[in-house]
Amino acid sequence: MTRSGARLYWTGFCVILALLIVAPLVLPEFWRRFLTEILIWGLLAMSSDILIGYTGMVSFGHSAFFGLGIYGAAAALLTVQPPNLWLAILSGLASSAAVAAFVAYFSTRLRDIYFAITTLIFSQIFYVIIFTWTEVTGGENGLTFSRPRLGIPGVFSAPFTSVTLHWFVLAVVAASYLVLRRITQSPFGMVLQSIRENETRTRAIGYPVERYKIVAVMLSGLFAGLAGVLYAIQNRFAAPDFVFFVVSGEVVIYNVVGGIGTLVGPIVGAGFFLLLREGFSRFFTEYYLIPVGIIFIAMVIFMPQGLLGFMRRWLNG
Amino acid sequence: MDIAFEQILIQTVNGVVTGMILALVASGLTLIFGIMDVVNFAHGELFMLGAYVGVITMAATGNFWIALVVASLIIALLGAALYLITLRPLLGRDPLNTILATFGLSLVLQNYALWQFGPVARKIEEPFTGHFTLFYLDYPWYRLVIAMLSAGIIGALWLFLKFGTYGIWIRATTQDRMMAQAMGIPVPMVLTGVFALGSGMAAASGVLFGPLVGVNHAMGLDWVLKAFIVVVVGGMGSLGGSVAASILISLLEAYASLWVSPAQAVIVSFVVLILTLLFRPTGLFARVPR
Repeated sequence: MTRSGARLYWTGFCVILALLIVAPLVLPEFWRRFLTEILIWGLLAMSSDILIGYTGMVSFGHSAFFGLGIYGAAAALLTVQPPNLWLAILSGLASSAAVAAFVAYFSTRLRDIYFAITTLIFSQIFYVIIFTWTEVTGGENGLTFSRPRLGIPGVFSAPFTSVTLHWFVLAVVAASYLVLRRITQSPFGMVLQSIRENETRTRAIGYPVERYKIVAVMLSGLFAGLAGVLYAIQNRFAAPDFVFFVVSGEVVIYNVVGGIGTLVGPIVGAGFFLLLREGFSRFFTEYYLIPVGIIFIAMVIFMPQGLLGFMRRWLNG
Repeated sequence: MDIAFEQILIQTVNGVVTGMILALVASGLTLIFGIMDVVNFAHGELFMLGAYVGVITMAATGNFWIALVVASLIIALLGAALYLITLRPLLGRDPLNTILATFGLSLVLQNYALWQFGPVARKIEEPFTGHFTLFYLDYPWYRLVIAMLSAGIIGALWLFLKFGTYGIWIRATTQDRMMAQAMGIPVPMVLTGVFALGSGMAAASGVLFGPLVGVNHAMGLDWVLKAFIVVVVGGMGSLGGSVAASILISLLEAYASLWVSPAQAVIVSFVVLILTLLFRPTGLFARVPR
């Protein structure tokens, strides 16, 4: 990226960040929650972009990582009294990482469509386990728990308000974005992109493609788990529905709508999709998925680049 | 727990019957995939819509067999229309785009069904209600008839692909689309026809299976997932492999449900899938390595 391009990029980044920081102070309660939710789903979609956009593997199993993040956080929040924020994050990340390692080991043996189907089926495995293991997971009813306090041990401790919760989520999402962006520009990220462009050639040059793919899936799963933890903290509720593969499908929709391979695109896609859903559900009530589905199909056909696809090169600078 | 020999036999019959219906669903899926490189996420919705068209035709005519034929034809036409609108423009792009488009289709179709028919399950009457005695159970004849009909449809499909003129066109298109075109085969029409054929098969299995379970808007989900497992385990694009894998998985699930609840028996098919991926990632019954 040229010098002026870089300056423009960071200016844009700071302006958007500043707007997102100020937003909860001016927005009414409903839209404040809505914005926080967009950021959380955006983080989930962004984690999946590592696979879809940068490595060329479409994962239909992100609901498993996300759901395990939620349930992992729930486990920590329910067993440890008083509920501890950092323990919840740790536990959520650990359980999603374990699942991601398991899924990565098996699914990376397959390519393209086979990878997509395998990840989908794996997420269903976890769905069935969570759905039927009622003693531990609450089965169909799920689990409810209380929100931990925001605090650093020994420094301060305060209950979350919807504004501080928004800032906390924003901080995590922004940090994740910067980390993921750095990763995609690192030598490791370059290898992932060369796997996307030409896997055979990457292998021929001597890179252990399988190992790179496993790490990519685990990385992606870890950030999806982080999104799950944030979701658990926001909604104080875990349900098997979040592990169902329809969630994974929505994540793919966010990516395609926003523009794959841009990292911010998926967040924009999540926002666009959730706004559409909000708008349509007022007119079409529960059938909002009919117009949303039609718009999605039209975008796949006519706008495969997504909303932000036109600035992909610039965003990856 | 002591499992009686009769119970095992009954579960064997059950497993084969479910396996044959599953094979009918999966063979439509594998046909569409093997020939067109399209992963049809909307297959379960075509199955479900077929069952609904069956319900409506049943109510109008009162004849199950007319309902079966009408549902297959209507859904085949619908499939062709959907193909032309959503999948034809994606021809030549990465096959992953077809997953996205058909996923969108499945959302639209499923919610359309919910909107049109409501959340209450409908029932298709069995065409005949005779029973025969299987040990201590009254086993409905209808279940055996479904299994045989499914086998008949799949057998006919196989014969058609092997010997029919259009079947040979289809196989030629699979092997080399460009060359087939050069030989004067109308490739675009073949592709549309294959999608219609696969859709019609999904609808037929929907109507056949309707009497065993309620017809509702979400009935497709379970089946399409199982069909995907079958298609991966059997080897994508292999008709024989799908049939064998369907029966294998259904039998294992039937036996497993002797010990655990049916909801947990599903895990058995997942285990089969994992083992297959570990040891034969190309599918248990595939001849050519991918």
